[in-house]
Amino acid sequence: MKMKRLTFKKGIHPKEFKRITENLEIKEVPVPPKVIIPIRQHIGAPLNPVVKKGDRVKTGQIIADSEAFVSAPVHSSCTGIVKNIGDYPTPLSPSDTCIEIETEEKEEFDFDLNTNIDYKSLTKQEILKLIKKAGIVGMGGAAFPAAVKFTPPKDINIDTVILNGCECEPYLTSDYRTMLEFPEKILEGLKIIMRAVGAERGIVGIEDNKPDAIEKMSQLADNESNIYVQAVKTKYPQGAEKMLISALTGRKIPPGALPFSIGVVVSNVGTAAAIYDAVVKNIPLYKRVLTITGEVLENPANLLVRVGTPFSFLFDYIGGFSDEITKLILGGPMMGIAQFTSDVGITKATSGILVLGKGRKDKEFNCINCAECVNHCPMFLIPTKIVRFAKNEIWDKAEDYGAMNCIECGSCSYICPSNIPLVHWIRVAKSKITEIKKSSGK
Amino acid sequence: MENKFNLILESSPHFKIKRSTPQIMYVVILLLLPMCIAGVYFFGWAALIRILLSLVTALLTEFIFLKLRKKDISPVFDGSAAVTGILLALTLPPTLPLSDVVIGSVVAISIGKQLFGGLGYNIFNPALVGRAFLQAAFPVDMTTWVKPFYFNLDSITSATPLGGFKIDGVSTALNKLTLGNTGGCIGETSAILIIIAGIILILLKMADWKIPVSIIITVSVFAGILYLLDPVKYQDPLFYLFSGGLMLGAFFMATDMVSSPITPLGSIIFGVGIGIVVMVIRVFGGLPEGMMYSILFMNCFVPLLNRYTKPKIFGEV
Repeated sequence: MKMKRLTFKKGIHPKEFKRITENLEIKEVPVPPKVIIPIRQHIGAPLNPVVKKGDRVKTGQIIADSEAFVSAPVHSSCTGIVKNIGDYPTPLSPSDTCIEIETEEKEEFDFDLNTNIDYKSLTKQEILKLIKKAGIVGMGGAAFPAAVKFTPPKDINIDTVILNGCECEPYLTSDYRTMLEFPEKILEGLKIIMRAVGAERGIVGIEDNKPDAIEKMSQLADNESNIYVQAVKTKYPQGAEKMLISALTGRKIPPGALPFSIGVVVSNVGTAAAIYDAVVKNIPLYKRVLTITGEVLENPANLLVRVGTPFSFLFDYIGGFSDEITKLILGGPMMGIAQFTSDVGITKATSGILVLGKGRKDKEFNCINCAECVNHCPMFLIPTKIVRFAKNEIWDKAEDYGAMNCIECGSCSYICPSNIPLVHWIRVAKSKITEIKKSSGK
Repeated sequence: MENKFNLILESSPHFKIKRSTPQIMYVVILLLLPMCIAGVYFFGWAALIRILLSLVTALLTEFIFLKLRKKDISPVFDGSAAVTGILLALTLPPTLPLSDVVIGSVVAISIGKQLFGGLGYNIFNPALVGRAFLQAAFPVDMTTWVKPFYFNLDSITSATPLGGFKIDGVSTALNKLTLGNTGGCIGETSAILIIIAGIILILLKMADWKIPVSIIITVSVFAGILYLLDPVKYQDPLFYLFSGGLMLGAFFMATDMVSSPITPLGSIIFGVGIGIVVMVIRVFGGLPEGMMYSILFMNCFVPLLNRYTKPKIFGEV
């Protein structure tokens, strides 16, 4: 069926850079000699290690867990000996608790490799339990525990599950490759989520710069009466939850609310594939697909990598750089986090590693009120105003101007001709406002 | 932990559009060049001397003030002072005494811009601040006009189309107005050139289309109503659109990013306000032309407009 291009208002059109890796098949990376697994990988309650130094762990064994509802356990990604539990740099923090495991050649699994469960025989609760046990979190970057995401408050009815196949971040192609190579897993994963939340409709939203992914997913979806594959316009941040929901359903999440409130649940395509593995095969989330890319790499790649694999091992595996590098980024160029060392282990939410060569700090000029940030903010904020308040530490005004609604997509900083790090200042404002609210007990 | 690459730590995003504030300024300068050339074509070397003098004075004033304020002097070359210098010259009579040109340019940069804190902080369009000062200080110099192509005989004076109509009831042919073959300021006479350059500026997204469009529509409607009421007493809307500083003001002065609103609705109200004020001055006021005052007047409202025209946040009802 011919589809019209749905989208949201405003946003930007950054250069894509997807050619670098889009035609490279996903390659599985061998087990590294050691893995460094961060135990803080998701938004939610912190985990406690459940293994000790010197313990022998199997692949897929839970090594850190929490009793809290908003949490997801972390599993060992290989078989080996726990060498150390202590502070290491992680992709998200300069120093945080990690479990270092020295790997062994012979692999043993903590789950049955021959499991094949018919999810239709499971109840909602059983599915959610399996998803939680497998440690599934949002793999698009936010890393929110999936089982929590699929548990709406009692009085709310979810009618639509949206799978996010936009991958609107430049450079990254891991979701794209997953859609091409494992479309069945994604579709089954979607059906499992729909069953878990009781939704009657599933939509896969894919940016129209990936026509073959759209075609592949559409072919499969044609056999399903209630699953639709919908092309959306290639525009950043099309993959932002609010923007995607609004493009696909016309519904807008009110400020401060969750997708639940408008009857929608959104999940990344990679997460859906992991959910299939978790529910049908009982395989926990201990490896994921990521793109390692950048113009300075000699052999950029789409890789299937075990959680905790150090960046440096991946660089050695693909064969180094052709140029000096100045920036190492976890994620894409728009929202990724710059790293100070390559000795960090990947997490469940690492969708890509981007290496940039020619790094230069752009000179910052005064704001000239050009309004480009206002014209491109998908949340309809006035970034330059919020930033002025933030720079002057007038936090209540920053909040009045909607700072807390910022989705931190970075469109404002991208477009600013005066090179003002607008989104950075808004992040500062957001954390200050949260801090003030906490201390005043609201 | 060794850091073998000397990695740069910065918050995202890690790449950005290749367009900088100085680039915008230099493109504006480039698009002002046709008007400069037309000015020289119509009014001779006198126009060129005034443009260059105003430009150099603006840059020097910027330099001196940055030095006095103990600031980095690199903003001298960011193009913004140059834009102000050139814009000011384009709004001056071709035979204005050179000393007046210097004074106007100094006032534009010093009072119009640096006293507010430099680039980005000024409330008023700096070039118009300079011009307003000259208008108040040297009213005779500022209203002495020459006919185009008569620059060899400096005694031949002429009225501008607006002045001629207001004071003597003489109208000017439309083709003269659009091409620029009339008395007037150095860079304001050729409406057609200004419109072409202005449209390019808008297409490059360096000016907000809503401002000139709302000015032009407001002036057309305002003048149209008057013309329908009394076609003898009032000129037709095209005359008001293509005479005086309206086009230059609408496309290059009112759209000055620093002194115009940043919200979409604010820009429209700003443009409508300018259109109304300029027509009120032209039709009911004592001056033949009011573009400068109407823009300066509306500049005052920009902070207020920004505050009261906040766009609705996504998802807000």
